[in-house]
Amino acid sequence: MAKVKLDILESTCVPLPFENVDTDQIIPARFLSATSRQGFGDNLFRDWRYTKNGEKNSEFVLNNPDYTGKVLVAGKNFGSGSSREHAVWAIFDYGFRAVVSSFFADIFMNNALNNGLLPIVISDDLLKKLHDLVQNDPRTRVKIDLEKQTFTILSTGDSMKFAINPYKKECLLKGLDDIDFLLSMKSTITSFENNKSLLK
Amino acid sequence: MKPKTLFDKIWDSHVVRSIEAGPDVLYIDRHYIHEVTSPQAFNGLQERDIPVFRPGKTLATADHNIPTKDQHLPIHDQLSRNQVERLSENCKKYGIELFGLNHPKNGIVHVIGPELGYTLPGMTIVCGDSHTSTHGAFGTIAFGIGTSEVEMVLATQCILQPKPKKMRITLDGELHKGVTSKDIIMYVISEISASGATGYFVEYCGSAIRNLSMEARMTICNMSIEMGARGGLIAPDETTFGYLKKLPSIHGTNSFESSLNEWKKLQTDANAIFDMELQFDASSIKPMITYGTNPGMGMAIDDLIPLSEKNNKEASSSFLKSLDYMGFKPGMKLLGHPVDYVFIGSCTNGRIEDFRAFAQIIRGRKKADNITALIVPGSKKVEEQMVAEGLTEIYTNAGFEVRQPGCSSCLAMNEDKIPQGKYAVSTSNRNFEGRQGPGARTLLASPLTAAATAITGRITDPREFLTEEKNHKITRYGKS
Repeated sequence: MAKVKLDILESTCVPLPFENVDTDQIIPARFLSATSRQGFGDNLFRDWRYTKNGEKNSEFVLNNPDYTGKVLVAGKNFGSGSSREHAVWAIFDYGFRAVVSSFFADIFMNNALNNGLLPIVISDDLLKKLHDLVQNDPRTRVKIDLEKQTFTILSTGDSMKFAINPYKKECLLKGLDDIDFLLSMKSTITSFENNKSLLK
Repeated sequence: MKPKTLFDKIWDSHVVRSIEAGPDVLYIDRHYIHEVTSPQAFNGLQERDIPVFRPGKTLATADHNIPTKDQHLPIHDQLSRNQVERLSENCKKYGIELFGLNHPKNGIVHVIGPELGYTLPGMTIVCGDSHTSTHGAFGTIAFGIGTSEVEMVLATQCILQPKPKKMRITLDGELHKGVTSKDIIMYVISEISASGATGYFVEYCGSAIRNLSMEARMTICNMSIEMGARGGLIAPDETTFGYLKKLPSIHGTNSFESSLNEWKKLQTDANAIFDMELQFDASSIKPMITYGTNPGMGMAIDDLIPLSEKNNKEASSSFLKSLDYMGFKPGMKLLGHPVDYVFIGSCTNGRIEDFRAFAQIIRGRKKADNITALIVPGSKKVEEQMVAEGLTEIYTNAGFEVRQPGCSSCLAMNEDKIPQGKYAVSTSNRNFEGRQGPGARTLLASPLTAAATAITGRITDPREFLTEEKNHKITRYGKS
């Protein structure tokens, strides 16, 4: 897993205002044959980003030069379906550092946090407002403050607190890694096995 | 003592440590791995120069990225071949048992785990695959994880996991003829949407569940993830114990007899509190089919496509985009719509009972000329059993070719892809855009509906075929 340190992120946004964007859309299965974590960004949203002839689809937002930035503003129920962590690697590899939605699928949320990609849950109303603002003005900037757990639209001052597991927050702020933490517990795990495990 | 749910009983007995205001450190009894989501986890171990902590508790198979024809030959696609070889190398290096390609026990991870006796009641089970929820049919906490978590389990046999909320779904009532467990779960998902159970772990209860065989229960638990649930489980009962007792061997306990008394305790206490309770009448369920691009977009096969999402007066742009992808319109009838492909297989419907059900309809008939069929057993064992029971012969006589086991067209990582714009009635679990190949249009359904459609070449209600055969002895599909 990746060690990533996060604190404050200020950026323009890339809007993707569709509901139920599943991980097959984020990275189709035919691009999952790699055995490293790198390079998946090239095929992020592959079948929306390119036409069936392999040309760039000019109507898709990633091909619109007006929209750039480190924050992907998604729709409700983002990241549903397959548990493939490749979806998070692809989003991160492309250059995004946060995804904003009103609702994320559980496994995607865990995978994102394990790779330093911040999943920010905001209200349906604020999400709609943000989409409208970004659509009208691609220069709309947002600020994410992990320490304070605040998400702010800078042009309007709209701001709300977002939730994050305190343990995960600490890990991200300090660049700590779950595996180091678990490895430090090995003797506790062994004694648990000796006393409790159902498996013999 | 406070009454507890079955989920709580299993979870709490596997917590090594609770982190204050954080996730639990959860001990994992059984870890399944496959070629696609494990290589990066092994890379992580190598970078840290650490071993697999408990190699005996991990079991590997190659299933997602393998061909379903000529498996004895080297895999044609170089990247796929490399990925399958990496799994073999990693298993050898770290001492993990592998039922790889051409091994007599090879198959889809969620098919072989149960059939080979590696999935047992009361276990915590994880795999880098969202359909790990399948194993919940045995009264386990089983759920899909990401590759970082696969690495955690390999390194420490534990993962950090926030405890989900609990939901109980009760299904009472008799199922009608032609209605299978696939229809039950598709019905529930269509009622509560593809995200209706996000954040929850589901326990399925009620007479309609109790009456199901183990294989039919696996289909239910398998699709828990399609309504967003972390997983789904069913308390073990005589059906469960009967299934386990018949297995040639079980792994992870001393013996069937020594465990039986413990397993019998795996029940939710009376008066235990769930965070959410849903109840459905199983007798109102008809054969189901999906019309859109997420599993929540499902309806009874003889219904019309709705004009908008449930609870929405006007169709959203996402809803219309989805129908547009499918080439459908709101209010349209699907019965009789031409179909190009039929796929039976996957961890949802790739077990012997599924192939028996399909055979029940195609026996003595011929495949429609416009249909290309992909008939893919879930494991070598299922493949052998199909031959032994004469099913393969029925399929061949009806013009179908039975392939070799694998995940195949469910996710189309291999060459089993549905072409651009073509319609496939599929017994798999996901109808996402491009799931079965770029531009492919998937309609999820039961093996019975897939069989009826394969014979007529059009979307067909399986009950049409079952009425004529009401005295046939294997019309008991989905019941124990």
